[in-house]
Amino acid sequence: MDQYTLNLLVVGASFALYIGIAIWARAGTTAEFYAAGQGVPPVMNGMATAADWMSAASFISMAGLIAAVGYGNSTFLMGWTGGYVLLALLLAPYLRKFGKFTVPQFIGDRFYSRSARLVAVVSLIVISVTYVIGQMTGAGVAFSRFLEVQSSTGLWIASGIVFIYAVLGGMKGITYTQVAQYCVLIIAYTIPAVFISLQLTGNPIPGLGLFSTHTESGLPLLSKLDEMVTALGFNDYTNLHGSTFNMFLFTLSLMIGTAGLPHVIIRFFTVPKVADARWSAGWALVFIALLYLTAPAVGAMARLNIIDTIYKDGTNSAPVLYEERPNWMKNWEVTGLLKYEDKNGDGRIQYYNDKSEGFKATAEANGWAGNEFTFNNDILVLANPEIANLPGWVIALIAAGGLAAALSTAAGLLLAISSAISHDLIKDTLNPNISEKGELLAARISMAGAILVATFLGLNPPGFAAQTVALAFGLAAATIFPALMMGIFSKRINSTGATLGMLTGLVVTCVYLFTYLGWFFIPGTNMLDNVPANYLFGVPPAAFGPIGALLNFAVAYIVSSMTAAPPKEVQDLVESIRVPKGAGAATGH
Amino acid sequence: MADNSSSNAYWAANVRIIMISLAIWFVCSFGLGIILRPMISGISVGGTDLGFWFAQQGSIIIFIALIFFYAWRMNKLDAEHGVEE
Repeated sequence: MDQYTLNLLVVGASFALYIGIAIWARAGTTAEFYAAGQGVPPVMNGMATAADWMSAASFISMAGLIAAVGYGNSTFLMGWTGGYVLLALLLAPYLRKFGKFTVPQFIGDRFYSRSARLVAVVSLIVISVTYVIGQMTGAGVAFSRFLEVQSSTGLWIASGIVFIYAVLGGMKGITYTQVAQYCVLIIAYTIPAVFISLQLTGNPIPGLGLFSTHTESGLPLLSKLDEMVTALGFNDYTNLHGSTFNMFLFTLSLMIGTAGLPHVIIRFFTVPKVADARWSAGWALVFIALLYLTAPAVGAMARLNIIDTIYKDGTNSAPVLYEERPNWMKNWEVTGLLKYEDKNGDGRIQYYNDKSEGFKATAEANGWAGNEFTFNNDILVLANPEIANLPGWVIALIAAGGLAAALSTAAGLLLAISSAISHDLIKDTLNPNISEKGELLAARISMAGAILVATFLGLNPPGFAAQTVALAFGLAAATIFPALMMGIFSKRINSTGATLGMLTGLVVTCVYLFTYLGWFFIPGTNMLDNVPANYLFGVPPAAFGPIGALLNFAVAYIVSSMTAAPPKEVQDLVESIRVPKGAGAATGH
Repeated sequence: MADNSSSNAYWAANVRIIMISLAIWFVCSFGLGIILRPMISGISVGGTDLGFWFAQQGSIIIFIALIFFYAWRMNKLDAEHGVEE
């Protein structure tokens, strides 16, 4: 059977599974549509949260990002997991006790203010829409690479699948599909990693293999890698080549942003009890860690493998002849993710850092005329099974896994968007007398509308797609997270304080990003060049989240202390969400 | 925040457990993984030092342990104060 048929079979089987689940898990009530009837067991919610959280970027790109820089990009590992500690300790149990369906609903009730709720809806929609664009384009790209269809066709197939289970099943359908998608993606990620770790170090657990001995050279794997990359003029792998301040701030930004992402928070509304919300956050991180503890090993090992493939006899000997390159390179050249250009005409692949001043002399002495081999970082995960000489079905699994990662995150985001529209806008603001049946229909129509908008944005991605992720994390950190935390931990913060705090976070974060990246990310409209010398106190735009959060806290606190305390019933509400007792009788309205 | 001093002993105990947990959270990620890495660079782990291990493995493992510890401790606290479900 050829690889294409195999890919088609495995991906087709995974889609059939998702549709089967969709038919089995139809939603009959708004409680099922918004919060899966609050009956999801904690371990299952953990799995669903892991799939919800781990996007195409985590699955396909993260290992490559870490491999490209080494230690400095550990920020992604700590930042995207550490946020769960904040979620588990500061938000999840209390929001589950509150027992409603959406994040803006908590903000609206706790701050007894429709404007606070609307500011939260606006933040939520900006965060989730910017985030979903990346997922849709990711799904389209995965389709086009593995199933040889146009990426626009792939995008339509992907939205069709999401449409079936999200419109039919709402949160209930999405939850159980995410559980299946988690299983597919984690198997796809770990199998090649285990084999590569075994081949290089003899240790089957990649996270341990990373710190083991490289069998071939007898050196520790990371020492070997350091030796290889520095011999080619690259920065060493294990040391920091940026500022400690930036690494600190960027990690903090990702952590607070993670804890403030609405599509992750609403997953904790689906479990039966407060205690389950606590356990469930732990399980979510266990399932996330299976991938996140493996990713740094995948990155380091794949980078070592690539250098080893090109410099078979060591970095001091001549690199491999282009004609003798392995098959996986030939396969991936077709996709354009690998590129070779014979600059000095010797037919060999010179791969080195031609930007390093210190390495120029060595390169000249060798007769090298510039780096001849470039690769997209995604290749480290995508080509992993081929680099490790694994059978065709493992390659097909990577295709299914990448699609599962993109679809599960897209579905979670779409639910956050559609429930904010049908529950916070339609039910709360436009038509409070809407019936249960009417609201369920409105929820399904909002979902369908959100999918169409996401598909449209995926087909016509704005040129700034990559930068919008910084916006999503920055806004989640600067608006949603502080509002939720103050709502739970302080009885004194009132509606004026919270609303102005959120607005401050929203506006200042947007303005700071737009100043350096262009107004609404339109190139050429930035007022200052995006270089460190221009940054306010040296804070890079991508790491502004914590500063926005701090301003939000400060404004809310100062304004609240100058205005009247919240009414008695709101203070009672805060008292009641602080204790687990009584959450069983969760109500929707 | 200054105004969250609930008279309630349950809430005070909860806030104390959160503070201790977050201190550990901070030390093992921002501390050992980033800021304090030069101070513990003498401890070598598989071709590099302990700080690198904390940044790429250790911090995540401790995050998991912290969340489970918090869930276990809070469930016990709920029972002690009779506020469990």
